[in-house]
Amino acid sequence: MSEMKFSKDHEWIRMEGGVATIGITDHAQNALGDVVFVDLPETGRVVTSGEAVAVVESVKAASDVYAPINGKIVEVNAALVDDPAKINVEPTGEGWFFKIELDGELPDDLMDADGYAAYVDTLG
Amino acid sequence: MTDSEVLLETPLASLHKELGGRMVPFAGYSMPVQYPAGIMAEHLHCRAQAGLFDVSHMGQAELIGEGAAAALEKLTPADVQALKPGRQRYGLLLNEAGGIVDDFMVANLGDRLFLVVNASRKHIDLPLIESVLPSGVTLKPLPDRALIAIQGPAVAALIPTNLTFMGIGEIEIAGIKVLASRSGYTGEDGLEISVPADKAEALARALLAMPGVMPTGLGARDSLRLEAGLCLYGNDLDETTSPVEAALTWSMGKRRRTEWNFVGADVVRDHLDNGVKRLRVGIRPEGRQPARGHTVIQKDGAAIGEITSGGFGPSVGAPVAMGYVARDAAADDAAIDLMVRGKALPAKVSPMPFHPHRYAR
Repeated sequence: MSEMKFSKDHEWIRMEGGVATIGITDHAQNALGDVVFVDLPETGRVVTSGEAVAVVESVKAASDVYAPINGKIVEVNAALVDDPAKINVEPTGEGWFFKIELDGELPDDLMDADGYAAYVDTLG
Repeated sequence: MTDSEVLLETPLASLHKELGGRMVPFAGYSMPVQYPAGIMAEHLHCRAQAGLFDVSHMGQAELIGEGAAAALEKLTPADVQALKPGRQRYGLLLNEAGGIVDDFMVANLGDRLFLVVNASRKHIDLPLIESVLPSGVTLKPLPDRALIAIQGPAVAALIPTNLTFMGIGEIEIAGIKVLASRSGYTGEDGLEISVPADKAEALARALLAMPGVMPTGLGARDSLRLEAGLCLYGNDLDETTSPVEAALTWSMGKRRRTEWNFVGADVVRDHLDNGVKRLRVGIRPEGRQPARGHTVIQKDGAAIGEITSGGFGPSVGAPVAMGYVARDAAADDAAIDLMVRGKALPAKVSPMPFHPHRYAR
């Protein structure tokens, strides 16, 4: 399994054979609180890095989830629709959101785990 | 200057920190929105056992002197004069246009009235009340008192009292003399406890040491009150909304609706006699997606109103909301559309509360 990378918008990315599995980080799920609803993108949708493609709602608030890379949505985690709490329980496992077939290169500003941890620390 | 530099703290600030409270700015105060258990767990625990809330940011005051009740009635259509000693009542302060300046609690303590007003409105309410007082009646703000609510079905056994719903009196809890009313903002049985600020932490610790009592933040307070169909001032009520539009006609005393001697009475009377254009209703979105405040409500493609409070109801297990709709779309089960992120989310007008009240009447 390849190394996990992280975006400044608090998504994690795991590349496997040109396809990135993407979800929100443990820091993000903790900040959101109990997730009660997700709105996932259509498969086949072509997305660009930074584009809002999914919505996650906790008891208190709604947040966008962004595509951290360019490419095409090839799969979504439909199990989240009926059990959105998976995002709180296992954000980097069963709580994944969608898979994007990468178009081009990974953006330079993605961070490794240490870089992301340091970034989160700067947010106070 | 950042918000944190000017935020006020309640007497329980250090306890919140110790309990791991996530502090957020609310009405000028630093308040816990949740503790480590999270909003969902805190909400469900309050309905199952008991939740402890710090509501010390709210404004407390006493109105003292001959004619205090009559003086307060100049500003509210609530029947304050008929309130018996040891009883509390919900009321609305109105402006000249019949709009709601605040919602508040008033209690008769025998020799004085006791008032609790919203944190975000106390700087407006107290001068307003002051402005109508005759000589001999004085308003005494109580900034040195904290307010702690303990809510849930376990409370009656943990803190036995002679109080019934909306009863108020001095009791002793863990050796501390407090003023307690059997009331709250969750739809559950429970107490709201006014205590001197310097005894607040000791009281809170004593309550938290009781079996089944969990600290509960503002997040769960909001979802609990929404499920109970209770209004939040600033969301569901404001100065442009009348008691009739807000479906709070019940808070106006019968006698007051024959005398019409309160500020804004002309408008309120017109709304009662001739009907209103819009009405506060409960709303149940279909599916799981919540619709939040300011969501536009449509019927047959035309805007007919707006959601004022909305979210997920943990005890209902589904999204719930309240808002204002055109009078002809306000009937229970009326089909409406909620415009969430550009898409029409189907919903129905629904009776409130969404979760049954369990008051100790």
